[in-house]
Amino acid sequence: MPILAKWYDFRDLGNAIGALQDQILDWGAPDWVPYVVSGIIAVVGILLWLLVSQIVFIWIERRVIGLMHNRIGPNRVGPMGLLQGVADAIKLLLKEAITARATDKILFWAAPIAIFIPAMVVFAVIPFGEGMVLSDLNVGVLFFLAIGSINTIAVFAAGWASNNKYALIGAMRQIGMLISYELVQVFALLSVVILVGSMRMGDIVAWQSGNDVWMFAIQPLAFVAFIIAGLVEVNRSPADLSEAESELTAGYHTEYSGIKFGFFYAAEYFATFALSGVIVTLFMGGWTLWGAEEWVPGFLIFVTKLYAVFFLFIWARGTLPRLRTDQLMSFSWKFLLELMFVQILVIGLETLIWREQAYDASTVLPIFGVINWVLAIGLVVLWARMLGHGTPRTAGKRATLTQEIGKIYYEGAAGPGA
Amino acid sequence: MKLKTEPYVINVGPQHPSTHGVFRLRLTMDGEKIIDAEMIIGYLHRSMEKLAEERTYTQNIPFTDRTDYIAAMTGNLAYVMAVEKLMEIEVPERANWLRTIMAELQRLASHAMAGGTFANDCGTWQTPVMHMIRDREKVLDLFEMACGARLTTNYMRIGGVSRDIPPEFLPAMTKLLKELPDRIDEYEDLLLNNEIIIARSRGIAVLTPEEAIAYSLSGPMLRGSGVAWDLRKADPYAAYDKVEFDIAVGTKGDAYDRFAVRMAEMRQSVRILEQCAEMIPEGPIHARLQTATVQPIGNPVAPLVVRPPEGEAYARIESPRGELGFYIVSDGGPSPYRFHIRAPSYINLTPLKKMTVGMTVADAVVVLGSVDIVVGEVDR
Repeated sequence: MPILAKWYDFRDLGNAIGALQDQILDWGAPDWVPYVVSGIIAVVGILLWLLVSQIVFIWIERRVIGLMHNRIGPNRVGPMGLLQGVADAIKLLLKEAITARATDKILFWAAPIAIFIPAMVVFAVIPFGEGMVLSDLNVGVLFFLAIGSINTIAVFAAGWASNNKYALIGAMRQIGMLISYELVQVFALLSVVILVGSMRMGDIVAWQSGNDVWMFAIQPLAFVAFIIAGLVEVNRSPADLSEAESELTAGYHTEYSGIKFGFFYAAEYFATFALSGVIVTLFMGGWTLWGAEEWVPGFLIFVTKLYAVFFLFIWARGTLPRLRTDQLMSFSWKFLLELMFVQILVIGLETLIWREQAYDASTVLPIFGVINWVLAIGLVVLWARMLGHGTPRTAGKRATLTQEIGKIYYEGAAGPGA
Repeated sequence: MKLKTEPYVINVGPQHPSTHGVFRLRLTMDGEKIIDAEMIIGYLHRSMEKLAEERTYTQNIPFTDRTDYIAAMTGNLAYVMAVEKLMEIEVPERANWLRTIMAELQRLASHAMAGGTFANDCGTWQTPVMHMIRDREKVLDLFEMACGARLTTNYMRIGGVSRDIPPEFLPAMTKLLKELPDRIDEYEDLLLNNEIIIARSRGIAVLTPEEAIAYSLSGPMLRGSGVAWDLRKADPYAAYDKVEFDIAVGTKGDAYDRFAVRMAEMRQSVRILEQCAEMIPEGPIHARLQTATVQPIGNPVAPLVVRPPEGEAYARIESPRGELGFYIVSDGGPSPYRFHIRAPSYINLTPLKKMTVGMTVADAVVVLGSVDIVVGEVDR
């Protein structure tokens, strides 16, 4: 029996795996063997894809940021500098990994590993295509949340073990950020789960595909809040407070070098890929694209969307300044969290009405969408006004021009940063 | 439960991405809050003031490039003005206009650097600083055209300037001046109205005008606190009394206002340069020095060096960082008896402790960025 019945069946790699499993069973192997074999194949496949994506995206990120910076970016290693990522990886591998004398040796070694593994494990529940998911957990969303916050422990371990004050401040900031934004993230995901009625990632994609709508069109607030919370979680600019190059030199990984630093670097990319994957799955229709998945392999659609979301993060990095710790936290506690409470309430009500009255999805979803968009924009504007945004205190002001020498134009100090 | 806490010391610098050189800030912290700040300077000390006493007046000009290496032209200018004051030299008209052009171009270049690094200190990932360095590079191209060097220009001479500008200089400058206002608009729109920049720098490191004057601040630090004081107007030198421009002042005295003042000054510099390009006269670029001041009396074989008469002189200009003054005492010999630089970076740093205590590390970096120090000038 051939692995693929028709060559074009590569659209769904699950077919090939299924055929292989049958083949192994035909050879008379016990039941668990095909399960383990297919699992290993999938893990290796995902890891290979991750590594290649990472190396390519290091190049893309540096080139794109280069464009934003008005410079060229890496263009020396290989054609158009494409091998820059490989060169960097080799350099990190060959470099001496220094362990300072006063470090906590065990934690210092454990932290890069502890941050690296969860970043990869998240991909177990993300469906790359129909049926192309390593482990279709019925609590996939919960799994993502649980695994996603392990990296904070690793960051704290790294900061603590380094015995360096910059690293410790970075680690402290990371804990503060996690506590502030984990709730927002949970609420954002919860509102999706409430509407769909399932925590299985595949179900959420199927729901969006079945109703012909992407989740962010129905729940814009949850979408934005999740992106912001995710940025904080994976520690990328503008929420890279625990690295904060201009303040803390390199934050929690100041003392790391060589491949141990490489692990942190790679883990940041992996975590961002995972985050983009979850955003695509939950809010942007996953592997589906209004029927195009019939013709184009689902995993290609998924990966393209994932790269598009990743590009958004690169863009944010090239554009936005960094907030101060307390400002970032008050943004979560005073602003996002309240909005998420309202969001949960509204989504809950809508779902309740929908289920109770058994309305048709095609009539009720556009109405929900409009309500939620109006509510989202209205709430954000209103709540921002209430918190004092838009007052002269927070408005930009150019310098005053004058001809009179010696005159004093001081008007009294503004309050501390808005 | 009450946790036992204790303050700890953190060294920002001498190697740190945001100290703009080898400057060290020793912060005593309580958590993320600064409870004490101590400046430790001298890592870049090159003993310039003492070295200058061993060199002739002309040999000292390159030193002045290297004090404030972000703004070499203004360093040159202040020094030669002090010597000219000592020797009572009348500088030709065209040289004065050339000096004005160079000083204003230098202000553009320096403020571009200051604004970019300030945005960097606020946490933008290098983007504004790269865009502003693009403009700075264009200005440095002009310097290269005029005097062959980009960074350490060594352009001013006692009694004039080292060489006339080439014919293609003014068209190139006019072309740059046409581009710049749009760019400055862009920076102001993107940075001054940026929510996060406002959040990070409004109300940070406030200095009232009284405090600013008491600390003897000058330049954008003083104007940021709302005091309309600019030596270009208050004590005009070169050709500044013949051009029109406004003084930019802030109203709140915080880090944001200092940044806003720098951006507005870039626009005023463009305005001055436009007038200069039109009004610059033809003529000699160097005054003829009197033989008596050049040749030692009664010693015909001694080398021809500048020997100002006995006395002392202090000349001051508005450098991009503030009042830059050179105080020179002459004993009639070939080299200064005493040579002192009133370095604005150094004096503007004095209120740093007042500005940082009670803030966080993140704020301290913004505060330092708003002062706009050049460590070469702080340590000399």
